[in-house]
Amino acid sequence: MNAEERFAALGAAPFHGRRNGGPTESSIGAIGQVREILRQRHALSLLIRRDLKARYKDSALGFLWTLARPLTQLAVYVVVIGHFLGAARGIPDFAIYVYTGIAAYTLFSDIVTGGTGSIIGNAGLVKKVSVPRELYPIASVGGALFNYAVQVVVLILATIVFNAFPWSWDLLYAIPGILLIVVYGTGLALLLSALTVFLRDVSYVVEVMLLLLIWMSPIVYSWAMVRDAVSTLPGGPIWVEIYTANPLTLSVLSLQKAFWASGAGAEYPTDLLLRIGIALAVGLVLLVFGHWVFRRLQGNFAQEL
Amino acid sequence: MTAVPEVIRIAGLSKRFVLRKDNSLKERIVGFGRVGRRHRETFWALRDLDLRINAGETVGLIGHNGSGKSTLLKLIGGILDPTEGTVEHRGRIGALIELGAGFHQDLTGRENVYLNAALLGLSKKETDARFDAIVGFADIGEFIDTQVKFYSSGMFIRLAFAVAVNTDPDILLVDEVLAVGDESFQRKCLEKINELRGNGVTVIIVSHSLEIIQELCDRTLLLDHGHLLHDGEPREGIRQFREVLAAQPHATIDAGLIRRVEVCGSDERPKTSFGPGEDVLVKVRLTGVGSLSDWSCWLGVSDSSGRTTFATSTYRIAGDRWMQGSDDQIDLVFRFDAPPLSDGRYFVSSSVILRNPPNHRASEAQQVTSFEVVSGQIPMGPLRVDATVRVDPAD
Repeated sequence: MNAEERFAALGAAPFHGRRNGGPTESSIGAIGQVREILRQRHALSLLIRRDLKARYKDSALGFLWTLARPLTQLAVYVVVIGHFLGAARGIPDFAIYVYTGIAAYTLFSDIVTGGTGSIIGNAGLVKKVSVPRELYPIASVGGALFNYAVQVVVLILATIVFNAFPWSWDLLYAIPGILLIVVYGTGLALLLSALTVFLRDVSYVVEVMLLLLIWMSPIVYSWAMVRDAVSTLPGGPIWVEIYTANPLTLSVLSLQKAFWASGAGAEYPTDLLLRIGIALAVGLVLLVFGHWVFRRLQGNFAQEL
Repeated sequence: MTAVPEVIRIAGLSKRFVLRKDNSLKERIVGFGRVGRRHRETFWALRDLDLRINAGETVGLIGHNGSGKSTLLKLIGGILDPTEGTVEHRGRIGALIELGAGFHQDLTGRENVYLNAALLGLSKKETDARFDAIVGFADIGEFIDTQVKFYSSGMFIRLAFAVAVNTDPDILLVDEVLAVGDESFQRKCLEKINELRGNGVTVIIVSHSLEIIQELCDRTLLLDHGHLLHDGEPREGIRQFREVLAAQPHATIDAGLIRRVEVCGSDERPKTSFGPGEDVLVKVRLTGVGSLSDWSCWLGVSDSSGRTTFATSTYRIAGDRWMQGSDDQIDLVFRFDAPPLSDGRYFVSSSVILRNPPNHRASEAQQVTSFEVVSGQIPMGPLRVDATVRVDPAD
């Protein structure tokens, strides 16, 4: 392109500006930012692929390592908790039950852990390229979803082996189940990735919280066990409600309803879909809030890193 | 002839930095509220700047360390957000800032090229079309499919530069990167920048090398403590910059380890004007070196065109030996025995270099002070060498 052509093209081009708190164009609020992210999906897909490729680069088994951790967890929980401690009694196809929960938990934990470290991990790019920084936490969400897809394939194969393929309309429960995790996970990833830049302790707090979370959802035991144990306490039903309100609990229950066909007769909380709907609405508020905090803080990322 | 459009509009631009000394949860909670305030220091890196830049201009930014040059470049690049005011641009921006910082060590050169090009706004097709040009410019041949962690530092920089200049930017931001790489590559970079200028690309350069500024730029902005002192012709800008420098015979600076650089006479008292045959002493005050191991302090003197006239380092003087820990605050006194300099003003720079990572500059103070050589003779070249001449009859 010669100078004349370039000048003509530039003369016709619009100005893009920035001021305190983001772009100057008044129409660009959160919505404009979302549109900008969608425009960058080519870069986003390359970022996701980079994360996936880089993780197991140079290892002989590569991707198979994604399965190593959940399968080990599965074996331990099934043998120790299921059979030694007897939690498997009354839960048919305990392995599938547990794996459904572990996969869901892993998805959530991957999104939150990966998202929290995403801005710091991409410090080089943040300090150099001017793209919407939301791309980095969202790329971790994408990577985690890919890993989850691999796990679901394994889960489906297992159901075929156990001759318990979930061939019913209940399979559709997978959609709200996954949606819940993605909405909460993304909201937290945006919020925490921004906070971590200014306060490195956040990532350690997240680690501890995630450790707790796996035991706060019906993954290795059943929801009915909690209900029976807790309802003898003073104010029993309230405790059950509180336990059930945990979005990860709702998501796990929903996914078990989808994938764990042998448990068709198992007990689920009443109005499961309504509860999920409410949790989703709250989650969307969290997502908007997380994005709002992210946008407020992102202007100072480059100088803090 | 088409009218030359504006590409950058800056209005009332200010940037404030907050320096925090506490960065952990405990310190934040313990020092919450008013106590916390005491741990915060703010300063204005840029203050109320108005500026317009037309397409096709080559603008050089000069000023001290901490005058706001790099901050301005990052604000234009959209990497930092302004505290007040607005900064607007149009067209695609290419940035030679922290070259290679966006490369992922575990990916191959090819994968990194595609990722970086995508982040600069190129589609896969556009990158495909430019790929050969990028690899050709970087001159790394078959290594393009090797993970970049196996690249030499030269290859790394070349590839990063090649991506940035081949993504067809309308505005190119250059921050001090021409200081890296070998000389032939530097030459190549300058040629490429010149070629882009010919194509109407707007170039904004931050450089300590006044030589480069004078050679490339047709406009210079002189920044001092966040204010714009001069906007216009480079020769005049450089002259004013020298005045700013000369106004501070010994500067107290905040460049990390280096706290002060002072020029003295042989009596170790500050001195700014030297006659022929006088020894020049330079005192460099360092703090925080007690815990360092394997470091060296470099000291250089450059003439008014920015070219290094002579330089040395503790490593060189000690016979290729690194400095080890010492007292935490020390003065290094360099002594130059009667340097045979021509008349003129000379500028002193210093930096602390670590052995690991190689050539890492832990602290850098560029042209922080100056001295004058006065002999009364008009300079005929950079050196003043005593000479005699004899008349012999020719055979």
